[in-house]
This record gives sequence, C-alpha cells and structure tokens, in this order.
Amino acid sequence: MRMLTFAKRCAKEILRDPLNLLFGLGFPIVLLLLLSAIQDNIPVPLFRIDHLAPGIAVFGLSFMTLFSATLVARDRESALLQRLYTTPLQAADYILGYILPILPIAAAQGAVSFLVAVALGLPLSMNILCATLLLLPIALFNIALGLLCGSIFNVKQVGGICGALLTNLSAWLSGIWFDLELVGGAFSKIANLLPFAHAVELERAAISGSMADAWPHLLVVLGYAAVTTLGAVLLFLRQMNRQ
Amino acid sequence: MEAIHTTNLTKQYKHLTAVDKLNLTIHQGELFSLLGINGAGKTTTIKMLSCLSKPTGGDALVGGSSILHEAQAVKRIIGVSPQETAVAPNLSVQENLELMCGIHGFPREKRQERIAGLAAQLNLHDILSKKAGKLSGGWQRRVSIAMALISQPSILFLDEPTLGLDVIARSELWDIIRALKGRVTIILTTHYMEEAEALSDRIGIMKSGRLLVTGTARELMEQTGADRFEDAFVTIVKEAK
Repeated sequence: MRMLTFAKRCAKEILRDPLNLLFGLGFPIVLLLLLSAIQDNIPVPLFRIDHLAPGIAVFGLSFMTLFSATLVARDRESALLQRLYTTPLQAADYILGYILPILPIAAAQGAVSFLVAVALGLPLSMNILCATLLLLPIALFNIALGLLCGSIFNVKQVGGICGALLTNLSAWLSGIWFDLELVGGAFSKIANLLPFAHAVELERAAISGSMADAWPHLLVVLGYAAVTTLGAVLLFLRQMNRQ
Repeated sequence: MEAIHTTNLTKQYKHLTAVDKLNLTIHQGELFSLLGINGAGKTTTIKMLSCLSKPTGGDALVGGSSILHEAQAVKRIIGVSPQETAVAPNLSVQENLELMCGIHGFPREKRQERIAGLAAQLNLHDILSKKAGKLSGGWQRRVSIAMALISQPSILFLDEPTLGLDVIARSELWDIIRALKGRVTIILTTHYMEEAEALSDRIGIMKSGRLLVTGTARELMEQTGADRFEDAFVTIVKEAK
C-alpha cells in the first residue's frame, strides 16, 4: 500500500509537468507527421511508416529516462527523499514506486505513436498490440537508466546528460534516422553492442509480425534492462545509505 | 520520562568529526534547541537521531528504541521537517498531506480526519487545493511542518524551521511551534538566538561537533554573566577551545 501511494504521487508529478507532456507525447507525434510528409514527397525506404513508426516509438522512450532521472534528482534536491527516508517506507517501495508508474506512461506513449502511424497508413493489426507490449522491457531499461542518473546527478546535470546527451546518443546509435550499415566500421559495431539499435529492430520485427526475428533483439534488450535495473537499485541504495 | 538519550554519539567523516561523543538527554514534552554556528554539528545530530545518517560511534535511544538497531521503530514515532521545505511541488497541499498519510499506512477515513485536524491547527484551509510548489516560503514551511506532524509523532525534529522567512512568517511559525509545546517533544536547530530564547525549554550550544553546554536561556545568561542571551552565546562559543 505504501509503495502504491508513493507510485501514485510519482505519476502525478510527471503527468502534471506540461513540459513532460509536450516532449513525451507531442515530440514523437510531430516527428511522425513531419517525416511522413517528407516521405510522401521523397520516398525513402527507411522512412516507410512500418519502418519509421517502431523507431519513433522507441525514440520516444528516451524521454522516460529524462522523466525518471529528473524526478529522482528533484526529490533529492528538494529533500523530499530525505523526509521520506525518515518514514517507514522501505528501499523496495522507493524503487518500485519510481519505476512502476512510468511503465504505463511509456506504453501509452507507444500506443499513441502507433495510432498516429495507423492514421498515416500503418496497417491495423494485432502486431501493434504485440509491439506496444514489447516496448515495456525497452521502457524498463530507459527508466532504470534514469533512476541511475538521478541518483548521481543534480537536476541541472540530468537535463544536460539525459535530456541532450543520452537522447542524441540513443538516436544516432539506433538506426532510426540512417542505416547503421551505411556508416559501417567501428560506429556500426558500437551501435550493435548497445541496446538502442536492438530495441528498434525488436519493434520493427514485432510490427512486421516476424517474432523469429524479434527474439535475438529481445534477449539483448532484456539483458540490458536487467543489468541497468540492478545497477540503478544498487546505486539508489548506496545513495540512500549515504544520506 | 526521557524522549531521547544519546551515549557518546559520534559522526566521523574522513578528516572531520562532525559530532564528537555527544551525551544528551531530552525529556518528554520538552522543546530543546540546538544552537551553534555553521558546521557546529546540529544538522548531523538531527540526521543521526532521525535515522537518516548512521553514527560512526555511540548510540541513541529515541522513544526508548535504538537508532542503530531499531530504526523502523524510531521512524514510526518521529516526524521530521528538514532544512529544505521538502514538499512535492506539483501536488496540492491536500495531496502532499494524503501522501504522508498513505506512507504512514493510515486508512482512508482516518486520512481525511487527520488532514482536517491539521488544516484547522495550522490554518491551512485556504491553501489545501493549491500546488505546494507555488506557495510562498512561509506557507511551504507550514506545509512542511504539517507533513511532519501528520503521523502524530511523539518526537518532532525541526531543522532550521524559520530559515529565510520574513518577520511575520517567522512569528506565525513561532506561534505554531508554541502551540505544539508540551504535547510533542520538539528538537529544533536554529541560527537565531532570539528564536532559541523565545521558544525553548532548554538550549544546547554546539561547536565543532561538541556539545559545550545545556541549560535554560536564563541559566546560560547567569552562567556567563551576560545581560542578553546573544552575548551569553558569543561568550560560550568564543571561550570554548
């Protein structure tokens, strides 16, 4: 019960920030509309709606890192966490309380992106539901990464690191905006070692209905989600004990 | 009855002893002020007593429970209003109070009853629906104290409760703190001499992590031969090695 109370509060804090709504929901939709308009005039296979929509849905999740990192960093800075550490809340209540409310927000964001994509020509099928569900492990990775950053950095640093650096890094290394094989070499190797490109390929496979292609990418994403969550939990506990 | 009893309570960082073998007893219902210049160890002491920071030496019994071995029991009977206002900024005052009720495991009916009681006590009715982050410093402090009081703690820690407030807001907070006296044991840290003198039953003066002296404001003035409490404080701190 205590955890749910804290989780409810976290959801309210995120959803009541107009900037979060603007970037979390508005930005992916604008990108979809803009790139689809370009696609109509200059067709590029990469920006075909069944290729673009999964990429945008994954890119939108990078804002979940910003949301969770900002929330944790702000709670640390405002001493709200300090106050809560003096209450009967346990470590697990904090961690689940931060992670759980962002998961449905991430799923909703993905669903809205896919619905807009349907309006732009993506065939309506059960694959969309499957792709939306598969966004959850990707979202978990992003949220945990935010929890990790929020436990280390202050609000200003989080804005720079999660809002600019990580968002750009995940965009460049994801294969959403250009084919990674075209760059090749070390860039492509690094991109394939990181989870961003695998997350996009996972979603593309899910949208095309080929689960056989999705599995290898899902395993990479799950591995990253597990390791990042573990790291975030350990770092949060360390920060909590240091408090 | 003792509300707090510390035995050689110590906090040592790498090259700094923030609190040095603190031995202190605070009685139930007492308002005890910890006074000292910056870096005296006041906030560190409060952090240890409220289980926020682990002592590196000694122990303390808070409400009869050890801060080292029975932290959860201690957390059930204390309320803390940190130096920062520590409110959830995008939540209304009502929601902030509901958050604390939920975290303390109050059933729904009791939550509303408790919030109504505190709103009346701290005169919060007009701001219950306002976002906490949009309130003035004085009102945020009031909300912060309400959040600390929601669990009906027997021991309340107020860390610099009037820091940065204007004269009127400070005076209003003093009235609130006075109204709590006797019912709740209050441990207050402050920089302001007049605040300690006006509110406290007893005062402890700290310097460089050590508790130099405890007593009523009058006792400390008599001890130093000073006419004003501020002079007594300056003499005690300056004379301490």
